[in-house]
Amino acid sequence: MATFNLNINGKTQIVDVDPNTPILWVLRDHLDLVGTKYGCGIAQCGSCTVIMDGNAVRSCSIPVSAAEGTKITTIEGLSEKGDHPVQKAWMEHDVPQCGYCQAGQIMSAVALLDNNPNPSDTDIDNAMNGNICRCGTYVRIKKAIKTAANS
Amino acid sequence: MTLSKTSLNRRSFLKVSALAGGGLFLSVGWLAGCKPGSKEAALGMPEEWFRINGFIRIGENGLITIMSPNPEGGQNVKTGMPMIVAEELDADWSKVVVEQAPLDTDNFTRQFIGGSQAIRMGWNVLRQAGATARQLLVNAAAQTWDVPANEITTESGYVIHTASRKKAHYGEMASLAATLPLPENVQLKDRKDYKIIGTARKNVDAKKIVTGKPLFGVDYKKEGMLYAMIIHPPAHGLRLKSFDASEATGMPGIKDVFQVKSHQDDYERTFFDTTSFTDTVAIVGNSTWEVMNAKKAVKVEWEEFSTYEESRDWNGRKEKRTIPAGLEDEQEQLRKMGIAAKNARTVRKDGNPEDAFRSAAKVIERTYNGPFLAHNCMEPMNFFAHVNGDKVECAGPLQKPELTEQALSSRLGIPIENIHIDMTRLGGGYGRRSYAHWLIEAAVISQKVNAPIKLIYSREDDMTGGIYRPMYQATYRAALDKDNNLIGFHVNAGGLVEPPLYADRFPAGSVENYLAEEWTVASNITVGSFRAPRSNFIAAAEQSFLDEIAEAIGKDPIDFRLELLKKAKENPIGQNNDYDPVRYAGVLELVKEKSNWEQVPAGISRGVSAYFCHNSYAAQVVDLKIENGQVKVEKVVQAVDCGLIINPDAARNLCEGCVVDGIGTAMYGELKFNQGAPDRSNFDRYRMIRMSEAPKVIETYFVESQIEPTGLGEPGYPPVFAALANALYQATGKRLYQQPFAPQLS
Ligand code: FES
Ligand code: FES
Repeated sequence: MATFNLNINGKTQIVDVDPNTPILWVLRDHLDLVGTKYGCGIAQCGSCTVIMDGNAVRSCSIPVSAAEGTKITTIEGLSEKGDHPVQKAWMEHDVPQCGYCQAGQIMSAVALLDNNPNPSDTDIDNAMNGNICRCGTYVRIKKAIKTAANS
Repeated sequence: MTLSKTSLNRRSFLKVSALAGGGLFLSVGWLAGCKPGSKEAALGMPEEWFRINGFIRIGENGLITIMSPNPEGGQNVKTGMPMIVAEELDADWSKVVVEQAPLDTDNFTRQFIGGSQAIRMGWNVLRQAGATARQLLVNAAAQTWDVPANEITTESGYVIHTASRKKAHYGEMASLAATLPLPENVQLKDRKDYKIIGTARKNVDAKKIVTGKPLFGVDYKKEGMLYAMIIHPPAHGLRLKSFDASEATGMPGIKDVFQVKSHQDDYERTFFDTTSFTDTVAIVGNSTWEVMNAKKAVKVEWEEFSTYEESRDWNGRKEKRTIPAGLEDEQEQLRKMGIAAKNARTVRKDGNPEDAFRSAAKVIERTYNGPFLAHNCMEPMNFFAHVNGDKVECAGPLQKPELTEQALSSRLGIPIENIHIDMTRLGGGYGRRSYAHWLIEAAVISQKVNAPIKLIYSREDDMTGGIYRPMYQATYRAALDKDNNLIGFHVNAGGLVEPPLYADRFPAGSVENYLAEEWTVASNITVGSFRAPRSNFIAAAEQSFLDEIAEAIGKDPIDFRLELLKKAKENPIGQNNDYDPVRYAGVLELVKEKSNWEQVPAGISRGVSAYFCHNSYAAQVVDLKIENGQVKVEKVVQAVDCGLIINPDAARNLCEGCVVDGIGTAMYGELKFNQGAPDRSNFDRYRMIRMSEAPKVIETYFVESQIEPTGLGEPGYPPVFAALANALYQATGKRLYQQPFAPQLS
């Protein structure tokens, strides 16, 4: 066990956990931020995507020990009222089916648009290919990303 | 208007229980902890709720809560079902909040997901619930204003008496309405008067989803809750022999490691009880990560079990089944399937198929294979349970709560009345969550450690845990006469462990001489419902085969099917044909028109397919090209006939999902066995369709229909496999007989 000072959604959080604990489980079990989801644990599905220092990362595969000194944004920290342009676009296109993968999809999309405000279809494919949706909402996700890019 | 006799049971109309304010409302269910969404906040919580019936509560300020009875797993019933109630209630949708009902067999019937039947089966009950409540409010207004009830109208949450210029919102009449006797008959609206049904309404949980609110079973938390995982055998055919937890129990955060038995040895299983792995090892601790680590430190010994007999109660029908011993391999399975196919039983025979094939000028014969598939719900299997003496509280995602409750009661020896199951949103179901052994495991674990626990499966536990889509095979034969008429049709299909055949579906009824045979192979690999069971394989085989016949006789594949359907309509062959040739032809005609079928764009390869299942019809045209060896699906146009549409945009979303999921499964989905062990256990090797592989465009068209709603969550899934295969054939010249397709294209 060790103590870590984390910056999550603009707030300092102190946790006392095994240094190897993936950020995902620190968020979910220790900080009650359960919006970030577990899907595979091996960086293959994107359900656990958070934004770390501006980049979309798979929180299941980064130990908490590597998170100190970084800024992490989770789905809960995107906006106060659920009105981030990407969230709004997601609602406008009624993207979710079961919804389980969507927090990860949204975080990947936000990181994409932050780095590339006008992505091409190929840019979108490349940025989103790490996020699996078994319900098959990809076509709407792509539309929502374009809507958000234009807003 | 239609007059309809109220058939809801008496218990759904409890007399007014002036529920004590918003506080109580919020304490219903475990979402209490999360703040009300903006809609609730903006509307303001009522001081008092009046329970009109099991489905509806009305606050004194006019806010209406409609309970959504069925579990929500992405089919959007949590929006659609309340829309039906709200329509007949004549409510203002902007003043409706929807709440997920817990399992409550007194108030609701058929609270499960499966077979795309929620809306179809709920249609009458939901309409009546709304209409009855509306009538009670009208009666209350009549009494209050002392005017005849039949002079009172309703509109968007108001009762109105035009002559006396009286108008009140429902909230003002709710407390009286809740005390009035039930009307014997209620008026149901005419379709032309619908204001909510048939209009696009946003997913009621959308905001919670996009803001990451706790909605799913895995998100469930309770004070003092511990985390649990299980270890199940690594292969089918093995069972627990012994385990050594001495290292694991000393690890940080670990409370206990012990054996879990999900069913007693003499338990008589019912339909959705699995035999996968009855004995597992549970690890319980303070956090998921600590439990995951300790899990690796448990040393388990497994042993092969011997062949045994199991008895099942299939809804009153008793059946004995032999579960064979052994560690199975794919080659061995295929060999057994070959033998079983030769000993198939006839399930339908029309005319004289033997003669037809003997006299045929040409016979086409093709064999199709489909592998085992894992459901791969993105939310792994999990459940919360708290067994506290003889009280049980559970929460989580499951599809068949009613059936699971019985199994749980029997396992714990605790009466059903003492069991409460809250249904959380499902992070996908697709059939997998009908087999809720994890709920029983969770409860047994909680009972043992005497604390609330949340059991979660790792992805690997989930993917290697059994309940797969069966491995299937089908051989089709077509007999053509010298003028290329289809004079005989023969299908021989089977699976391990279940057959895929629907013998009475198309093309049965359209061919003079028809023979359908089926077979099964026993196995210890467990199988179960998987999105559009059986159809998910047989449609691919049949619709690919029809494409090949059409080509052989030089006919357009759509025209060829339409000709057969015309025969089935005008001159049906045989008995019990299980489809409506007019609706079937309807989707083909619509897709033909909307896809501009005859004008194939340059560089595009095109394929078509259609299928009937879950009481609905779907046809798809797939347009693709191959670029640098990669399949690019440019466009899919689909036509769907699922009767009346409740929520068109949500319906479209579901149909798009069927297409994407179907293409993904057809291209990449497979699971094989070596020595009883699945050859893949996570998404590094189990390939799922990703964004770049999804169709660029999907257009969905619905047949305008006056029929009551039929299934929607599944019907679009089976046909797309063959539309893809038929388009790939146009692109590559290669027919695809084996799923998945991708490995054969490189
Ligand atoms: S859970 Fe992290 S990528 Fe799947
Ligand atoms: S919406 Fe269900 S997995 Fe994406």
